[in-house]
Amino acid sequence: MNLTIFSGPPSSGKTSVILKTIDSFKRRGLKVGVVKFDCLYTDDDIMYEKAGIPVRKGLSGGLCPDHFFASNIEGVVKWGVKEELDLLISESAGLCNRCSPYLQDVKGVCVIDNLSGINTPKKIGPMLKSADVVVITKGDIVSQAEREVFAARVNAVNPKAAVMHVNGLSGQGAYELSTLLYDEKMMINSVQGMKLRFPMPSAMCSYCLGETRIGESYQLGNTKKMLWEE
Amino acid sequence: MVRDMKLGDILKEYPFTEEFFEQNRLDIKGYENIKFDEFLSSLTDQELEDNAIDIVKLPEELDSYIEQMMEFLGIEKSSAVKSLTILPGHDKSGTPESFERFDILPSHIVSIVGPTGSGKSRLLADIEWAAQNDTPTGRSILINDDRPDPKWRYSSNNKLVAQLSQNMNFVMDLSVGDFVEMHAASRMVENVPEVKKKILEEANRLAGESFLETTPVTGLSGGQSRALMIADTAILSSSPIVLIDEIENAGIDRRKALELLVSQDKIVLMATHDPLLALMADRRIVIKNGGIHKIIETSAQEKQLLAKLDTLDEVMQSARRKLRAGDLLDISDGDI
Repeated sequence: MNLTIFSGPPSSGKTSVILKTIDSFKRRGLKVGVVKFDCLYTDDDIMYEKAGIPVRKGLSGGLCPDHFFASNIEGVVKWGVKEELDLLISESAGLCNRCSPYLQDVKGVCVIDNLSGINTPKKIGPMLKSADVVVITKGDIVSQAEREVFAARVNAVNPKAAVMHVNGLSGQGAYELSTLLYDEKMMINSVQGMKLRFPMPSAMCSYCLGETRIGESYQLGNTKKMLWEE
Repeated sequence: MVRDMKLGDILKEYPFTEEFFEQNRLDIKGYENIKFDEFLSSLTDQELEDNAIDIVKLPEELDSYIEQMMEFLGIEKSSAVKSLTILPGHDKSGTPESFERFDILPSHIVSIVGPTGSGKSRLLADIEWAAQNDTPTGRSILINDDRPDPKWRYSSNNKLVAQLSQNMNFVMDLSVGDFVEMHAASRMVENVPEVKKKILEEANRLAGESFLETTPVTGLSGGQSRALMIADTAILSSSPIVLIDEIENAGIDRRKALELLVSQDKIVLMATHDPLLALMADRRIVIKNGGIHKIIETSAQEKQLLAKLDTLDEVMQSARRKLRAGDLLDISDGDI
């Protein structure tokens, strides 16, 4: 089985891009399944179901979604193997722009959109910087100049990635993306022992453990203060 | 080697690396006298973690970035796209396309007609991706009569096709001048003020109402925006092929717009059902069932008709101008 990890800010067009890309896999007779990670709610699984794609969803609820991802990805892979998929796609929203769910040796795709503004590449951390493929969406609604500037800035933070424009509505570019995602020789049946490409931010403070009161004496563990001039 | 160079020397030798440091949020000011890896190892663990910096990969990335940019600048100066060739594939039912080969040269205009969903996007995608009999249509694209360099597919700086689509907007809140400057900077253009002036002049020639360098782009009218987008794409875009998805009639001189693109040696492909535009093209591609059904050369008769349609269009345009100026219109304004 092939495995691809999709990530990207909320509403950047991940699901549309994945749906259009799976269309071209179907034509090639490949079986593709999706596991969608989100925090509180998602109905994207219904969209996948409607398209006849095997799907599971994982809601992290009160936990950090990327930590939740890391502790569940092995289960996801087991499910994919059981379903006899040719390609398993994991989709997760990068909620704080700091984390990235990519694993070493597993293809990582970051989806970002032109509408998010040209400073976005600078704001997104490892999720963009350590991706193998960067898909830029919503190019049909911004000017050519903004598309070019946006792509140039993506290139500056991640010069090694293949950068592609995909239109999630018309599907333009989705076929091309599909050629980068599936490799016959690739065989993954477990991710046990694999490593994240980048460590997640360390946060272990009283608020992680359910503290709700504000005030110096309630702040325990790994906390950090803003600097103020005297 | 870049790795043996001091940061200050890197910036001097490769000024564009400023963008690399800027986008990666690396504040190298004051560290001009040390090397990049020395700078990286001077950062504290806290800084590395807070800014999510990977000190092992960054030097490699700087190497790749410099390499790409040098190549990009080299391409700019040397090899241009002198021809684009489409080799036939097949339509959705697998019927082979009947043309032998279709060559388009810079400054040619080709229009594309066919109902929505007939396969116009697919044709465009084939060109954009420089298809090599490896897309659903089985078409192949040649550039300068040769198999295209893979860079057209994967590199963000070398896209074959620039697109002007119908519902494009400016999403940034900048003045026209700053906007053009920003685009020029990303293209590493040398003479920014001159380029800026030229774009503004051309855009104003296309737009019905003129605007200034200080006008915010979000405050431009539909026609003005379109005029600026076209002038900017013609003069600043790195892509040798421009695809236009319908130019609306309002507030812009479409003939001049096409002339401008063509004068910059662009290859222009235009999806349109407007007879004024379609007939301005030298040839038109008819798409049916996902395939190129026919290629029609604009006939002498069609060109005569175009002149007639132009007169009709002029009637509409002049009535519009009068309305805008606050004049009264009379019945003779409808005379052809």
